[in-house]
Amino acid sequence: MKLLKNIALSDTGFVFNPGTGDSFSVNPIGLSILKDLQEGKSEEAIRNRVIEDYQTDKETIEKDLYDFLKMIEQFNLTDYHE
Amino acid sequence: MSKRKITVAVSGLNNIDSPGPGIPVIRALKDSELFEIRIIGLSYDTMEPGIYMHDLVDKTYQIPLPSAGQQSLLMRLSYIHQQEKIDVLIPNFDAELFNFIKLQDTLKKMGIHTFLPTLEQFEERQKWALNTFGEKYGIKVPRSKQINSTAEIHALTHEFGYPFVVKGKFYDATVAYSPDQAMAAFNKISGKWGLPIIIQQYTPGTEVNLTGIGDGKGNLIGAVPMRKTYITDKGKAWAGIALEDETLMNIARNMVKGNNWRGGFELEMIKTDKREYYLIEINPRFPAWVYLAVGTGQNHPEALVRLALGEEVKPYESYESGKMFIRYSYDKIVELKEFETISTLGEL
Repeated sequence: MKLLKNIALSDTGFVFNPGTGDSFSVNPIGLSILKDLQEGKSEEAIRNRVIEDYQTDKETIEKDLYDFLKMIEQFNLTDYHE
Repeated sequence: MSKRKITVAVSGLNNIDSPGPGIPVIRALKDSELFEIRIIGLSYDTMEPGIYMHDLVDKTYQIPLPSAGQQSLLMRLSYIHQQEKIDVLIPNFDAELFNFIKLQDTLKKMGIHTFLPTLEQFEERQKWALNTFGEKYGIKVPRSKQINSTAEIHALTHEFGYPFVVKGKFYDATVAYSPDQAMAAFNKISGKWGLPIIIQQYTPGTEVNLTGIGDGKGNLIGAVPMRKTYITDKGKAWAGIALEDETLMNIARNMVKGNNWRGGFELEMIKTDKREYYLIEINPRFPAWVYLAVGTGQNHPEALVRLALGEEVKPYESYESGKMFIRYSYDKIVELKEFETISTLGEL
């Protein structure tokens, strides 16, 4: 999954899609995941990084990450052709 | 650099909840770095707020309604021109454009410059001709049909299915979910704007619009796409945001290249979930949100004035997406004397 190239991420967690005009707010974990996607990291690499950073069980992280990625896909923040 | 002094007449001073483009056009002209512009307002109704906005409009003259015909409009404009020596005239209502297009050569001989679409351009993008227009310029258009009587509505159930959109020939559109709603919409809209009524297939998606200007030689001089972020109960934008939308820009470029569009225009499109674009309307003038283009770095009304004066204008190459506009309402205090003057003398 890739984030659309023109998505603007601010350090405050403000996310702006100039193609649709939509804007969102994400918390620090969400922002770190979006930044990872913007850098082209794989879902597996992101999962491992989050597991390392947050002391929660792997299953919870996998489920929450899956939900988050599906959500940003639904919000048209990811590349349509990916 | 000193600014050139010119006089520009502008209509569409109805800066109300469903605003005309006049005041935004005037604000854009007042922002011009090339011109110092005296603004002459052209009004149809004494309640048009622009008449009383003296910081923007220097003098206003009432003009006859479009239904009065070209000759009475010409007589009135001749009088106004004698008083004010108008350099450029920018009409901003769909309903008045036909008369101005027909009069443009006469006006030019008088020294009043316009920059309007040709009659052919104006006619071929009419709502009832939009399907043919789409085929000609390779733009997807929802199927549409014009009707002249409520008796035709029942047959539409099979042809279009519900919901469909009931549209007036100049303004207004309502989504009808049943024959009863379609009839009510037909009567309401035809009562206001006359016949025909246009029935258009309902296309679900997000409305995205584009304000642009063509130089009449196939070049798109400027264009800014926008999505409405807050919509009034009349379907008008109360807030909007400038988009980056290369597909929409290409649609505009191709249209202007294909038909040598002359003047300002607005494309109203629906972008579906599959990211397909359907043209639902082309307005042959600037939209009321044209000042957003100025905010993003493109002063389309200024470019139009330059084109009208016969100057060569280079296309804008960029704009700043993410700029937003938010309208607001404002209670303007008006002296009775002013209302009396415009009501009785037809000028203020």
